[in-house]
Amino acid sequence: MRDRFIQTLSLLAENDPRVMLITGDLGFAVFDDYRRRFPRQFINAGVAEQNMTLVATGMALEGHIVYTYSIGNFPTLRCLEMIRNDAAYHSANVKVVSIGGGFSYGPLGISHHATEDLAIMRALPDVACFAPTSLGEVADATRAIAATPGTCFLRLDKDSGPDGPATEPFVVGQPRIIRSGTDVAFFTIGGILSEVVQAATELETRGVSSSILSVHTLKPLMPDRLVAAAQTHRLIVTVEEHSIHGGLGALVLEVLSDANACPKSLVRIGLNGCFSSIVGSQHYLRAAYRVNSSSIVDRVLSALAR
Amino acid sequence: MSKTVDLAQRVRRHVLRMTSTGGSAHVGAAFSCVDILAVLYGSVMRHDSANPRWDGRDRFILSKGHAGAAVYATLAESGYFPTEHLARHYQDGSLLSGHVSHKGIPGVEVSTGSLGHGLGLGSGMAKALQLGGHHSRVFVLLSDGECDEGSTWEAALFAQHHKLTNLVAIVDYNKIQSLAPVSETLALEPFRAKWEGFNWSVAEVDGHDHHALGAVLATLPIQPDKPSVIIAHTTKGKGVSFMENTVLWHYRTARGVEFDRAMAELGGA
Repeated sequence: MRDRFIQTLSLLAENDPRVMLITGDLGFAVFDDYRRRFPRQFINAGVAEQNMTLVATGMALEGHIVYTYSIGNFPTLRCLEMIRNDAAYHSANVKVVSIGGGFSYGPLGISHHATEDLAIMRALPDVACFAPTSLGEVADATRAIAATPGTCFLRLDKDSGPDGPATEPFVVGQPRIIRSGTDVAFFTIGGILSEVVQAATELETRGVSSSILSVHTLKPLMPDRLVAAAQTHRLIVTVEEHSIHGGLGALVLEVLSDANACPKSLVRIGLNGCFSSIVGSQHYLRAAYRVNSSSIVDRVLSALAR
Repeated sequence: MSKTVDLAQRVRRHVLRMTSTGGSAHVGAAFSCVDILAVLYGSVMRHDSANPRWDGRDRFILSKGHAGAAVYATLAESGYFPTEHLARHYQDGSLLSGHVSHKGIPGVEVSTGSLGHGLGLGSGMAKALQLGGHHSRVFVLLSDGECDEGSTWEAALFAQHHKLTNLVAIVDYNKIQSLAPVSETLALEPFRAKWEGFNWSVAEVDGHDHHALGAVLATLPIQPDKPSVIIAHTTKGKGVSFMENTVLWHYRTARGVEFDRAMAELGGA
């Protein structure tokens, strides 16, 4: 996802001198080409995320479109108040980009596990939140946040799922239908789409037909497709590599409740409010915290059996 | 010079009324920076109250947002909006918040209130102006207390690295913070050496001496290739004898006899 982001940003920077990338001293070798081509549109702010966000806001208020870049929780939680008071409150064109959603940096430990960032960022007024599920969506979301006025959050993963049908264009706030089925509707966000697709394929062999919706935009979110899916499937399952408290699962409950469309059965798959104190690869930790494809299959089958 | 001295006294009287009517705190912190504001807006900064967003303006950021009353009063006296609006300060439904706000208030660049944000914001503005080849300068007024904030020093590193000669920090060094003197809270001395060590050019000045302030602000940057910091030695509560150099008047509001005495000392009725 990271490479697709920087490729897309390079295209944007080439066509718009207002585009500025500020990194918090992370992205070794990743920015070499960008930096060589656009030296006036690149700043390494050093290991200083608060100041990175403040500088980004100051530059945005002077007309730039500024992407701040770091990993995990550094560009978000470390400088949360700067995003709230400075970038968002001033409607500044600051685009906060975090590579390393969920367990992307699993072996590095708790400091590098981004497992509450979506909940926290979506609580901020005037911050649009994106977590693409596929490489195509990364490119689309990167372009979309450049065109979206004000402050945005873009959460990227190491893993990514399939792009889904080309007939489903990327529209800000509109979940994309990746797969259509009849029994179970999966709503998912971020690269863990790959696990959901595997789970859906496995369920198919067991006679369970699944729809999958990519909720690439957490905010703003158009509820129509979620509501429609809730009304036409036996079971709704939200899947996120993130806490179920405040993240996608919580948001779906809010949206369906507001629309008076609560389904008979809904399962939220994600982290249940725990710190991930063991380490391992993203693959390992997804299994350990029961958000991988086989865990998803188990949860779905037991929910359907109730 | 008498023009800015008069401006400062009018601003002090507004601030006294505003904080008294609203029952708000921070009168001491506002009084300590009034002379700096008067010299900036009255003689140093390029700005146009009829066109607050004029591209060629110098930018001003009140990083010590709790002195918002002083900035509102200075802007009103400079023609940005009618002085009558100041009576709305700190009132229910008002835009004139206790900590300075930009929303709906002409002349305010950014909202602050949480300390340690202004120097980074100003650095970003200065960087953008530098890249664009613009000649506007960015003035950031800090409190001494907010030099406790790590983010202030993150910005200090950034500004010197990028040689932001168009950036001017002014520290309102009244030496008293929220609960106690600075020296008893988190000592800042040797303060000048800290800024010099961060590779800034430094001047020290009596922050109530309009002539001295005007002189140092007339020759910026202080040294080539460096951002400038002016350590303005000030007196918290300056202008009202019983408020001066007291921790109490960081939060206390003047009412009744205290208000009358203060207003009399400020040359008002």
